[in-house]
Amino acid sequence: MQIIRNQKVEEDAWRHVSDGDPLAEGSVTVSLKRWLEERDTLIAHGGSLGVRLAPADELGEILADLPHISLIVLEFPAITEGRGYTQARLLRTRHGYSGEIRATGDVQHDQLSFMQRCGIDSFVIREDRDIEEALDAFGEVSVRYQPAADDETLIFHRREQG
Amino acid sequence: MYQYDNYDQTLVNERVAQFRGQVRRYLDGKLSDEEFRQLRLRNGLYYQLHAYMFRIAVPYGLLSSRQMRTLAHCARTYDRGYGHFTTRQNIQFNWPELEDVPKIMEELAAVQMHAIQTSGNVVRNVTADQYAGVAADELEDPRPYCEILRQWSTLHPEFCWLPRKFKIGVTGAAEDRAAIRLHDIGLELVRGEDGEVGFRVFVGGGMGRTPIVGKVVREFLEKRHLLTYVEAVLRVYNQLGRRDDNNKARIKILVRSLGVKRFRKLVEEEWELSRDDGLELTAAEIKRMQGFFAPPDYQSPGNGAAEVEQQIAADPSFARWVKRNTLSHKVSGYRIAVISAKAPGAPPGDLTDGQMDGVADLADQFSFGQLRSTHEQNLVLADVAEGSLHALWEGLKALELATPNIGTLNDMICCPGLDFCSLAKASTIPVAARINEKFSDLDYLYDLGELKLKMSGCMNGCGHHSVGHLGLLGVDKKGSEWYQVILGGSAANDAALGTRIGPAIALDDVADVIEKILILYVDVREEGERFVDTVRRTGIAPFKERVYADHPKSKG
Repeated sequence: MQIIRNQKVEEDAWRHVSDGDPLAEGSVTVSLKRWLEERDTLIAHGGSLGVRLAPADELGEILADLPHISLIVLEFPAITEGRGYTQARLLRTRHGYSGEIRATGDVQHDQLSFMQRCGIDSFVIREDRDIEEALDAFGEVSVRYQPAADDETLIFHRREQG
Repeated sequence: MYQYDNYDQTLVNERVAQFRGQVRRYLDGKLSDEEFRQLRLRNGLYYQLHAYMFRIAVPYGLLSSRQMRTLAHCARTYDRGYGHFTTRQNIQFNWPELEDVPKIMEELAAVQMHAIQTSGNVVRNVTADQYAGVAADELEDPRPYCEILRQWSTLHPEFCWLPRKFKIGVTGAAEDRAAIRLHDIGLELVRGEDGEVGFRVFVGGGMGRTPIVGKVVREFLEKRHLLTYVEAVLRVYNQLGRRDDNNKARIKILVRSLGVKRFRKLVEEEWELSRDDGLELTAAEIKRMQGFFAPPDYQSPGNGAAEVEQQIAADPSFARWVKRNTLSHKVSGYRIAVISAKAPGAPPGDLTDGQMDGVADLADQFSFGQLRSTHEQNLVLADVAEGSLHALWEGLKALELATPNIGTLNDMICCPGLDFCSLAKASTIPVAARINEKFSDLDYLYDLGELKLKMSGCMNGCGHHSVGHLGLLGVDKKGSEWYQVILGGSAANDAALGTRIGPAIALDDVADVIEKILILYVDVREEGERFVDTVRRTGIAPFKERVYADHPKSKG
């Protein structure tokens, strides 16, 4: 499967393991439920670890484990789902998470720049959409009025600074 | 007024190009109807009963004459020669072609206008007191804070997919003319205990199908924390607001279900963690923004006052207009003139392209080139020298915009209704016309005094019926149009929801029922008592009795 990562199209190096399935070798992601149930086994597994979060999942559940987690996958079941933007932003700015954050689900062109500004750096584009065309999304609007998880400055500060 | 710099101009230009691309992808079949809908709504483009409807932002209701001429040009070139001013101080065009919309956006961008976030589940156009900066009862001009909020909320990456739409209203005056208690967030500039000016913050008000009067979530907020606090409110809402049911997704439902105390605690906890995240405003930044709204170059009054007195004495119809449609100004020698967009027979809030050009000229001649739109769907020239009032009145008469009915029954708020809106259950414009026709005697209207009639064509309540002194709500009963009558509401400082008096009334009977209600009011009112105050004193029972006493046609 191809994904966009750091604004480039590349192959997904991760295996996304369903709750009932056996763990695979290498880099794997599991649901939050499985992470909480099998945390110690997972940490002993040796490969890189990722956790998949649904929109209503609480970040508090994984904060202590962030050092073990290299990928957090945020699920967007519909384009209208907005909680993942806050989840991503808080992971970056409040909890200092520096691993990869990925958006999956109903994810396409017009959400990407907002997601990126909130700290999401990889994207599983919906299968029926053109992944190459989605790359255009990042440069469409260059002006940012407010800080998010990027290094933007509030527009009023920027004007005062000249 | 605010002037775009390079940042602002680049943003709107890039947004137009982005939308052009979205239209192209839609027409190429690369976006589904529903996906495109989400994108076009965030650029003000609806699809209504017969056609697209395009809603353009008028930030806090302020327009330059140049912008008004561009709106006139767009109405003429891309629409059917008129536009409709809305209760969020915006303007809507009802008949644009999809292919033309990017071009309209370009024309707007050239005069520092846009349609960004006039729809969709985002922070909408921030509204303000229509007399901001000129009202005598004002503590401080709210518009600099509205513009600060506008910029902060524009394309805010975290809050572009909220559970539901989000409306902010701001006032700096003693009298609340911005209905701030009926907003998702209402901000009132107040003086704190130590003399410093800051905000009282209301949250969780709103109209629609579950009208609720907002609660105070913070008694005093320092100005520098305007954005840090509002962002904390939005973050709590974005995480906890309901997303399973569109009708329960507004912040008012969240606040109601948690209780304001618990909601306040959540916001304060979030604020504690996020208030240093780079949104604190400096005094210099606020001052810079205030500079854009500095008073114009007022002239000393000369003998304008004496002149206008003579003209009033000489011409009763001019006298009537001055009395009804102008208000006192904080600067001696000037008055605020309200342009009535409620002429008999014309749909409330509509202006033709010729009228738009005409009022733009009048603004240049008599009011420093600026206009305002009001949430009551009129226009305002805020800075008219007394000596110019007569000439202005002549100009407005020629445009059929001088109906002296501001604040009367005929100055009603009215949504577009079944004629234009796909949500509506009943028509509103024809009902408004019948009411206008029935109550055309100005002296009778004046005798009735302040009476806020507000009418919506469905329970979503764009016509604010639940807070009308007299509200009308259109409902559909087996394919015919009926109207619920609601009494005793208010959107001002005494904000309250009205009470429905009983079963709905048939369309043909609405004007007669209003007449019965008004006859009773005139009979029982005390000296100088407003309609709404009489209703509050007597309760709705006597009105109910009068309306239904001999009304066989009403049904439940």
